[in-house]
Amino acid sequence: MYALLVLVPFFSLLALNLPFRELNRRLAFGFAAILFLLQMGLVFIPDVYFWRVHLSFFANIFHFQLAADILSKVVLFCIGLVSLTALCVSRSLIKESEERFNFINIILLAVAGMNGVALAQDIFSLYVFLEITAVSSFILIAFEKDILGLESSFKYIVLSAVATVLMIAGIAILMFIAGSTNFSVIHSALLSQNRNLLLSLSIGLFLSALFIKAGLMPFHGWLPDAYTAAPAPVSIFLAGIVTKVAGVYCLIRIILSVIGFNDQLKGILLLVGAFSAIFGALSALTQSDFKRMLSYSSISQIGYIILGLGSGTALGVAGATLHIFNHAVFKSLLFVNSAAVESQTGSRDIDKMNGLAKQMPWTSLTSILGSLSCAGIPPLAGFWSKLVIIIALWLAGYKIYAVIAVLGSLLTLAYFLALQRKLFFAQPNDEFKNIKEAGFGLIFPAFFLAALIVGAGILSPWILSNFILGFNSLVGG
Amino acid sequence: MANAITVILLFIIGIYCILVSHNLIRVLIGLEILIKAVTLLVIFCGYQTQNTALAQALVITIIVIEVVMMTVAAGVVVGIHRQNNSLDARNIRKLKG
Amino acid sequence: MLLELLILILLVSAGLWTVMTRSLLRSAMGLALASAILTIVMFRMNANIAGVFELSVCAGLIPVLFISVISLTQPMTFKEASDHMKERLHRFWGLPLIVVVLGVTLALVSFKYKVTPAAIQEGKPDVRFILWHLKQFDLLGQIIILFTGVFGVAILFKERNKRG
Repeated sequence: MYALLVLVPFFSLLALNLPFRELNRRLAFGFAAILFLLQMGLVFIPDVYFWRVHLSFFANIFHFQLAADILSKVVLFCIGLVSLTALCVSRSLIKESEERFNFINIILLAVAGMNGVALAQDIFSLYVFLEITAVSSFILIAFEKDILGLESSFKYIVLSAVATVLMIAGIAILMFIAGSTNFSVIHSALLSQNRNLLLSLSIGLFLSALFIKAGLMPFHGWLPDAYTAAPAPVSIFLAGIVTKVAGVYCLIRIILSVIGFNDQLKGILLLVGAFSAIFGALSALTQSDFKRMLSYSSISQIGYIILGLGSGTALGVAGATLHIFNHAVFKSLLFVNSAAVESQTGSRDIDKMNGLAKQMPWTSLTSILGSLSCAGIPPLAGFWSKLVIIIALWLAGYKIYAVIAVLGSLLTLAYFLALQRKLFFAQPNDEFKNIKEAGFGLIFPAFFLAALIVGAGILSPWILSNFILGFNSLVGG
Repeated sequence: MANAITVILLFIIGIYCILVSHNLIRVLIGLEILIKAVTLLVIFCGYQTQNTALAQALVITIIVIEVVMMTVAAGVVVGIHRQNNSLDARNIRKLKG
Repeated sequence: MLLELLILILLVSAGLWTVMTRSLLRSAMGLALASAILTIVMFRMNANIAGVFELSVCAGLIPVLFISVISLTQPMTFKEASDHMKERLHRFWGLPLIVVVLGVTLALVSFKYKVTPAAIQEGKPDVRFILWHLKQFDLLGQIIILFTGVFGVAILFKERNKRG
């Protein structure tokens, strides 16, 4: 049944493009929205009803080896959520119906790819579906065919292709060692190997490939450009989910299911994570472009996720997974806000805009919730995941890194306060006196996401107690 | 052994080409050479473990993906040329990185 | 063994020529040449089917793609090209040196790795069997990525609309 998550987006894409193009063009939006809502709902269905059912005729045709654990389910939920948000935003920001139809098509392809990544049990399948996601994001970044979009798309293509090559080299060496590309086969083969040069080489190749894909700090060159230059719905999609799936999820999956933790690996992860968390936040402080600031903030938050992973305990991985979810929610929200501000004022320069709180009250309110959640202020959802990560680091004995994590949180608060003060609460500027609140298409998703932040924050004690248990079996020793 | 050295050398040629080239098409050609290197590596690893069948299955998939990626990249390059009338990578300085 | 070595040296030189040559068209040709030599290597390693793919797609299709892009993007005039050549030589002279020195060093240093490769499967399955039975999910992935490519071409190559 897992395979449906890949097959349904793909076949619905085919169905949308074959006959009756005119009719389909009108139906496409609702159809995709229902699809993404269904995907979000499926995650909450108990195993017996959907995940474990094997239809016999289905199993006879397709020989897929897929599986989903709690980590995959969280990611699948985020994919549905962020795609839905991007879809809603595209309705009011991409005006031409032809273009919007193309946008929906590519989003469907990207979702099929990301679902495949979340379900794959084979490093080579992981690579194939990662590439589907990557190619669709190349197209999405260059979607408007303006020069900045094309150039940042080219930059992304080059770095992503280098990452891909490193990854295939890693796969080839693992295949040499284990004779297969299946997760479990490689895992048991690696357990029987002594540590040696070739093994370290393949792990190193994999890590550097995924660091590039995730946009971590020494390899982050493409990320701010791509997020900033892409059209608004695309930046929501990219920042909210694509880099999380392509980089961070794959990293967690490979480490949990294939390589396993060891001290060296933890050291590298902690170092890279801390570096990204701090320097991402510092670079965000100096930006004056709204979207560029959010991109650097993304780098910093990815650093947090990697820090949680680097602690190497079940608690840390649970915190990292929770932070993937929280980051998908609050970063999508903030990008929706930036799209609202940009569509109303025609500019993204924070220094130029002042005191929009009166003209755009709802955007202002939701963006405050988003930034506070990102900075980790207590009742909101972002606080809990950061708390879990910091506690996990402390308990694992990495006290210095726990302190660094707290420090990074303060920096996050600093740049978001600066942003809010300038953008919404300073003395109103004459130039922007006639600005109105953005339309319903931008306010509704923002409200939905803000409600999710508050709701998840209040329900967090309950979520945490149920959630962390699921990771004990996953990390194992 | 000679195969492994060939892979490393091709890899260095490709990376050098990507880093030093000023023409966008030549950057793509550098990427192609990287992919050639890695294809050789996959086939070589399969040959060493007498698992050529699996290696071939992987290589066929890699080739299909490579073609799609290069086609999209070519589309982007043509787009850049339409806008800029130049393919010089030094013109890509509008992006700060 | 000597023949193998010769082919591999040819492969590296083809790669080097691809990168160093002056005109982009020759560079695309060099890529085709490198692919063709790689195909020979593949055939000698019993990878026939993948070799056929490499020959038809990488040595045939991709250079055609590059050549069409080059012709779409107006190449330089001859004078520009010869000026460009001097400057290029300035940037690229280090590469053959690095390649030769590194190649010789690596050949002299025989680095040892203690890896026991996986148990060799008995009754070697055919590549078609593997693709269809073990790698079916990847086949689905191939189909999806082909469609992604089709949509990408449809979107990217279309002339830009007026409002941009």
